[in-house]
Amino acid sequence: MSNAKKTLRKLTEYKLFLPFLCLALVLLINVIKTPTFFAITINNGVFYGYIIDVINRASELVILAVGMTLVVAASGGTDISVGAVSALAGAVCCFVLSGGEQSVNEYHAPYILGVLAAMAIGIICGAWNGFLVAKMKIQPMVATLILFTAGRGIAQLITDGQMIYVRVDHFKKLGAFIDGVPLPTPVFAAIFVVIVTMLLLKKTALGLYIQTVGINAKAARLVGLNSTMIQFLTYTYCGLCAGIAGLIITSRVYSIDANNAGLNMELDAILAVALGGNSLGGGKFSLAGSVIGAYTIQALTTTLYAMGVSADQIPVYKAIVVVIIVSLQSPELLKIWKNIKKKFGNDGARKKVA
Amino acid sequence: MENSRKENKIVLTMRHINKNFPGVVALQDVDFTLRAGEIHALMGENGAGKSTLIKVLTGVEEFETGEIKIDGMPHSIINKSPQEAQANGISTVYQEVNLCPNLSVAENLFIGREPKKFGAIDWKTMNKKSKEVLGSLDIDIDVTKTLDNYSIAIQQMIAIARAVDMSAKVLILDEPTSSLDDGEVEKLFTLMRKLKAQGVGIIFVTHFLEQVYEVCDRITVLRNGALVGEFEVEKLPRVRLVAEMMGKDFDDLAAIKKSGEEKKKKSEEVVIDARKLYHAGTIKPFDIQIHKGEVIGLTGLLGSGRSELARAIYGADKADGGDLFVKGQKLLIGAPIDAMQAGMAYLPENRKEEGIIADLSVRENIIIALQAKKGIFKQLSRKEQEEFTDKYIELLQIKTANREVPIKQLSGGNQQKVILGRWLLTNPDFIILDEPTRGIDIGTKTEIQKLVLRLAGEGMAVMFISSEIEEMLRTCSRMAVLRDGWKVGELGEEELSQEGVMKAIAGGGSDE
Repeated sequence: MSNAKKTLRKLTEYKLFLPFLCLALVLLINVIKTPTFFAITINNGVFYGYIIDVINRASELVILAVGMTLVVAASGGTDISVGAVSALAGAVCCFVLSGGEQSVNEYHAPYILGVLAAMAIGIICGAWNGFLVAKMKIQPMVATLILFTAGRGIAQLITDGQMIYVRVDHFKKLGAFIDGVPLPTPVFAAIFVVIVTMLLLKKTALGLYIQTVGINAKAARLVGLNSTMIQFLTYTYCGLCAGIAGLIITSRVYSIDANNAGLNMELDAILAVALGGNSLGGGKFSLAGSVIGAYTIQALTTTLYAMGVSADQIPVYKAIVVVIIVSLQSPELLKIWKNIKKKFGNDGARKKVA
Repeated sequence: MENSRKENKIVLTMRHINKNFPGVVALQDVDFTLRAGEIHALMGENGAGKSTLIKVLTGVEEFETGEIKIDGMPHSIINKSPQEAQANGISTVYQEVNLCPNLSVAENLFIGREPKKFGAIDWKTMNKKSKEVLGSLDIDIDVTKTLDNYSIAIQQMIAIARAVDMSAKVLILDEPTSSLDDGEVEKLFTLMRKLKAQGVGIIFVTHFLEQVYEVCDRITVLRNGALVGEFEVEKLPRVRLVAEMMGKDFDDLAAIKKSGEEKKKKSEEVVIDARKLYHAGTIKPFDIQIHKGEVIGLTGLLGSGRSELARAIYGADKADGGDLFVKGQKLLIGAPIDAMQAGMAYLPENRKEEGIIADLSVRENIIIALQAKKGIFKQLSRKEQEEFTDKYIELLQIKTANREVPIKQLSGGNQQKVILGRWLLTNPDFIILDEPTRGIDIGTKTEIQKLVLRLAGEGMAVMFISSEIEEMLRTCSRMAVLRDGWKVGELGEEELSQEGVMKAIAGGGSDE
């Protein structure tokens, strides 16, 4: 085997190869269709461009995908409430900062209080989900369906069915730019969450524990792990991630619209986990895969916008691409491909013998 | 049994089968021949290639080169799936019954090929046919009840009936007897002989030598993925069979105990002291004392509460009452971790469901218990993990390509060694081994038995549970006898004989 072939084989065996390939494919189409896709311009000291837009817009999704990955790995189920929880967290944050008024031009409470309130509500929601799944053994989809439907309702109760505006420049910074920093703030928030999570997984035994519980909860218990606690923690963490995502979403539009904030994002988050090559059945997982998956989804959306596809048609194109990407990663397809290869390989071998 | 032997026509031939797994030759130029109306044992140590050969034959795994021919088919066949194999007349019944416990017996028999009437399932016909099928095999049960009403043995027979009814040429029985008691095994054998008389060719994969000699006509032996040979049963004495399987002069099992015996000095130090411990529904209140450096056996029939007693001590099933003292200290066990912290270790009976973490590597499987014991924040460094893993791969002679191989790719015996390594790494004072040698070849069995005696010699208290009395006699210095959930007695060293144990299990005079 030549060296090039060897490198290629090594590369294809790398577990993140397929997620990376998919992302690269999406980006490649962009370059062909929209030559200016990678062009970055500087306006008023900050970067602009499609690619910056992708990285920026993907931030909330990346954060949600991080939480979702852990939930999927530990419980083999998904948390479908994250979109609603982020709306609820956003609503709480705005409510605290506006002091209950509909539109304010200055904070009625310290900013940090709003942030903490949002995170706290995220954690509470996550803990509730975790309690239902881990302790009460309710199927994850059903357990999280409760907040999926109720979350936005509670948010409406808090905002009194109105949108709340926080028209304070400081409030907009999390969703836009900090003075003197050329990159959008959400990018840093996403990177921060990813790094903290990775450290948690690598520097403690949490990663191993989560996988063990996800693969074989019975065996996990017998080797001394508290499966219930670990599943509970992943749901709580996922809730916290949803809270943080909610903060960014509200900051972008300096307001909360409980009906639409984070709408359908739980589905994108689950998709990101799947695109990252993770099994939705739980067990072994790759956080990096999910992150790549999240960026792939956002790249796809931005691509379609850049190509002039109207917003209401985007889901159709997205669906087509997702079908292609997911089937690319399916082991069945790999089998078929191997069979084809083998057929040709065998023919070659026979010819040599003859 | 002696009837039609050589003149029987051949129903299955496999020739020059080759199969590689990454880094391992699984099958090398293996031949196998099965005749109609014979029971043919497929034997070999773990990793010899028995399972792979069966998987290749039934289409679970692909093979690289070779030829499979079935009687009545002009061409050689390659099965791509178990369904295809079935269509070609090859059916398999596995150790774990692959049926649906919540469906009725009749549904299980006819699932996927239900008799239809006007497009809907014709229940009447199905139930009637089911009764016929089972009746022809002398299995008399209510076919409308769900499968989980019946014992594993009956379930297995139903699986066999289904397999035979669908395609009757080749029937593969993969370790069918491992979870059956003696009476059930006898029933299974009767069924097998009946099928044999009907002209079915049966491939019988098992680890039990006695069973091979009881029921089989021929034996094919594999070793390290290669064919050793095909033998007629009566021409192959037991000792030679073992020698063929192991490829070396047989290390006499009987010799083990002698070497261990001199070390077996009785220690007075009590490690485990259970008083009136019980778990509702499975084990009635029992007292047991276990000393440092002794091997105590738990014996009794299947379902007598052997495993349950051990589980109650370890906290695998939380005890509902009673007291447990570990080295004189009262211990409240809420979860297994509490038992582990007190120096206990537990190798569960059901390796697949409760032992291995299938997708994780050998390394992760070995260190997981120690890591859990140390806690989440004190992560073992990668270097420590690798050192520990290498130590136990070496010590227990675990056959694996490297330490990062997922444990599910290892053979059963090697998986068991990994789990043993996992527990030895936690350095326990007391280890419970529940059926540690089930589904494991003789070579590894002997190794594990030796290890048990060595550990006891080093001062560990061992609780040993096995359904093979011989094995228990070789390793245990004392036995507790269980019957119907009660601990009914203990046998001291001098009472340990096959007969003594049997009597105690049966309960003198209690059986009419």
